[in-house]
Amino acid sequence: MKCRVCRDRAVIQMRRHNANFCKPHFVDHVHRQVERAIHDHRMFGPDEKLLLGVSGGKDSLALWDILTNLGYRADGVYLHLGIGEYSSDSLEFTQTFATERDLALTVVDLPTEYGFTVPEAARAGNRVPCAACGLSKRYILNKAADDGGYDVLVMGHNLDDEAATLFGNVTRWDLDYLARQAPVLPASADGLARKVKPLIRLGERETAAYCILQGIDYEVEECPMAAGNTVNRYKEWLNRIEEESPGTKANFLFGFLERGAAVFQSAPAPELAACQECGQATTGTVCAFCRLQAQTVVHISRKADIRG
Amino acid sequence: VRVLLRQPRREIEVEGVSRVAELLKRLDVVAESVLVIRGDELLTPDISLSEDDVVELRPVISGG
Repeated sequence: MKCRVCRDRAVIQMRRHNANFCKPHFVDHVHRQVERAIHDHRMFGPDEKLLLGVSGGKDSLALWDILTNLGYRADGVYLHLGIGEYSSDSLEFTQTFATERDLALTVVDLPTEYGFTVPEAARAGNRVPCAACGLSKRYILNKAADDGGYDVLVMGHNLDDEAATLFGNVTRWDLDYLARQAPVLPASADGLARKVKPLIRLGERETAAYCILQGIDYEVEECPMAAGNTVNRYKEWLNRIEEESPGTKANFLFGFLERGAAVFQSAPAPELAACQECGQATTGTVCAFCRLQAQTVVHISRKADIRG
Repeated sequence: VRVLLRQPRREIEVEGVSRVAELLKRLDVVAESVLVIRGDELLTPDISLSEDDVVELRPVISGG
């Protein structure tokens, strides 16, 4: 296969664009897609202070590299979830990446700073680990952005993540989530930072390819807690459809964002107030993270009592 | 062709495949869900494979 631009040997086939690219033109393509997402959705300007949530996986490390190459300065925040070897390996990939490029990285340690791990939170509340993980990430990354005075919290969600989330929201007809699914979530007066997703125009096959071609080492193994999770299953199904009909995932997502989302946004947004425990914005009196933390810490101390 | 699979990491031997596209079909792997890597190069589906090649099928689905 030949590169669409220069006719050199292609390293990647991108059927949804009806195009193949060599390495330099693929890297160009990736940079242009991110620049376009930032511009089209007015995500941020060159002078804004950016905080990037980094996990050590392909998406967030690729995004950090892309933003740096495009001339944006983004600091990183890594959340240690206490998932054994997976967490320590992911942290190492993140720290190596940041050190080699002289980028600022803050590490928040869930067990040390909040007294519990994601597996413990899942057991304490009898909930799936991904739910406890997602809740902790949303809370702590938002708090890190708030505490550090950042204008924008940048996330590594890609086209596949967003298409799979949309698929889940549609199968449940979850009107609240459908109203809030967007490439940019504006800042609220109550302390929630503006949240943006510059990878929305790139699939995860492209972010993985970008890392390999740019020599970025990332955590390839999947989180042991996420095996068989619902979103990953949706991604597999959507990829089967994409294989038969290239472009389906992009049409599904961008069709929704351009024509469908507004229909769901007509309902008034929920009113936010300060959490009585931590002060962060919540729809209730005590926020979901503080409830999760309290429940898990009690569960851990009861287990310790029984053992003692 | 020796094939390195991930999640979890393991190796298998696949015989009688001459192109990347055939390898994926034989293993019932959707091309959209993986990258095929030989050494430090990415392989498109049309690339020929030889018996003594070692390739990695790297899944790209992650997160959740």
